Amino acid sequence: MSAEPPILEVPILEVRGVCKSFGALQVARDVSLALPAGARHALIGPNGAGKTTLVHLITGLLPPSSGAIRIGGRDVTRLAAERRVALGLARTFQISSLFPGLTVAENIGLAVAARTGVEIRPWGSLRRRAQVIDEAASMLEQLGLLALAGRAIASLAYGQRRLVEIALALALKPKILLLDEPAAGVASNDRGMLLDLLLSLPADLAILIIEHDMSLVFRLARRMTVLVDGGILTEGSVADVRADPRVRDVYLGSRHHA
Amino acid sequence: MMGTEPPARDLVARAFTRHHLSWVDALPWLAIAAVWLVAGDYVPLGTQVIIMIIFALSLDLAVGYGGIDTLGHAALFGSGAYAAGLYALNVSSEPVTGLLAAGIAGAAVALVTGPLVLRTRGITQVMLTLAVSTVLLEIANAWKPVTGGADGLTGFRIAPVLGAFRFDLAGNTAYWYGAAVLAVTFFLCKGLVNSPFGLTIRGIRENPVRMRLLGVPVRHRLLMLYTISGFFAGWAGGLSAQVTKLVGLDTLEFVLSGNALVMLILGGTGSLYGAIVGATVFVVLSDRAAAINPFHWLFALGIVLILAVRYAPAGLVGLLRFRKVPR
Repeated sequence: MSAEPPILEVPILEVRGVCKSFGALQVARDVSLALPAGARHALIGPNGAGKTTLVHLITGLLPPSSGAIRIGGRDVTRLAAERRVALGLARTFQISSLFPGLTVAENIGLAVAARTGVEIRPWGSLRRRAQVIDEAASMLEQLGLLALAGRAIASLAYGQRRLVEIALALALKPKILLLDEPAAGVASNDRGMLLDLLLSLPADLAILIIEHDMSLVFRLARRMTVLVDGGILTEGSVADVRADPRVRDVYLGSRHHA
Repeated sequence: MMGTEPPARDLVARAFTRHHLSWVDALPWLAIAAVWLVAGDYVPLGTQVIIMIIFALSLDLAVGYGGIDTLGHAALFGSGAYAAGLYALNVSSEPVTGLLAAGIAGAAVALVTGPLVLRTRGITQVMLTLAVSTVLLEIANAWKPVTGGADGLTGFRIAPVLGAFRFDLAGNTAYWYGAAVLAVTFFLCKGLVNSPFGLTIRGIRENPVRMRLLGVPVRHRLLMLYTISGFFAGWAGGLSAQVTKLVGLDTLEFVLSGNALVMLILGGTGSLYGAIVGATVFVVLSDRAAAINPFHWLFALGIVLILAVRYAPAGLVGLLRFRKVPR
């Protein structure tokens, strides 16, 4: 077989006609998105466009006012956030949301223990769970954080916390990864390492990334959605969106005039 | 995953903090033995201290580890006390099964009321725990045929422990029986806080939202913790019933919940040792102060509390830095 037959797959993540309002304020207007396995999809838009709200809606931290969310074809609109995780959904937070009093290894160990179901055991210790230790060790090695394994999160530099933030999501071995401004607060000379990490993620992982660092977005993403005032302005390949004059006007343009 | 060097694994394994067994763990048992050897008159007081330590350990699991705000923990203690009394009256006078019945009663009350209590946090949660214990107190007061109402449960007999050790008038058997129950409680609690579940609970206290997004059903885990805490509170109550041969409404009263919380804060939360130190200081101080001045003894307790809050905000144990959490 020379060419692969076209696969009519169910998208791994589908957002269909989602609306969300807080009183009179509409923060999501009829938003639709579909990510196939292996997607590298960027969500951009000016501050207050509703990007983080959309991530909250997808993960289940907020219920939508209307519309539907599907993971692997299954309607999860009314499913609790923790149950969606079990279906392969993981996210990172714009402002690091870790366990500050626990050590770096414990933070990652918690994620591995949660995924493998050992977190509920009221006996034994994660110290003696070879799988947890192995996975945490190789994850920390990959991120260059091994020497910090025993340090409390609260004592880490901000850029290091951003890496742990991503490590926590990756330790869940997700099928869909939602990255909410992973480069926010990371010094520019550390961004190369972050980009290398993001580029090295598994090819079949579907990634939705919110990011203001356009050079990072252009290196990683293949498709883009532009969100303005809670609604989709346009969606398409990175090249198409970059060429779209409306996008320049509303988003890229506004930065130059700001 | 396979290529990780052993030193890396060791480094990571050691990065998981835990309660170590150390010389500190020998102190309570040395103290228990010392009191019995040199101050036999204080054995009944020592038994009260032991009961309160067990109750404070149970409270530490809920408050110190789980971050559950409760002023109604007596509901679980009292349920256990009544269960032990009723078990001795109606089922068997055998103490060990009676104690298990008390633990199960405490756990059952926690399991049933937990979904209500754990829906909320903060002041609302405090009020709900208070409401639960008040409702149970009123039931115990009103349901005279079963609970004896305001007179309490009396007239039950407790058979010798393990069929060999008769409860004596001086309270020696009660003392060592209590010490054994304390030892079991302490090491079970220690195992629990070192376990994967213990780490999950610490994670929930630090950041419940992130725990949910790691796929952990947070409220269910808190209910599990509350039920385990209820078990230990219940058997502290059961122990109290068995050694005093009396169950009164005071086992369900707000004062007991409040005192236990004061003991825990005095000793320090979230370390297990704080419960031991706090309960010991509180009970002994109350007893001594009341003996010296029966009218104004609460004054002395108040002074100690003010000093503790001012100079030891992390509790007496916080002063001694027994807690081994790297910062």
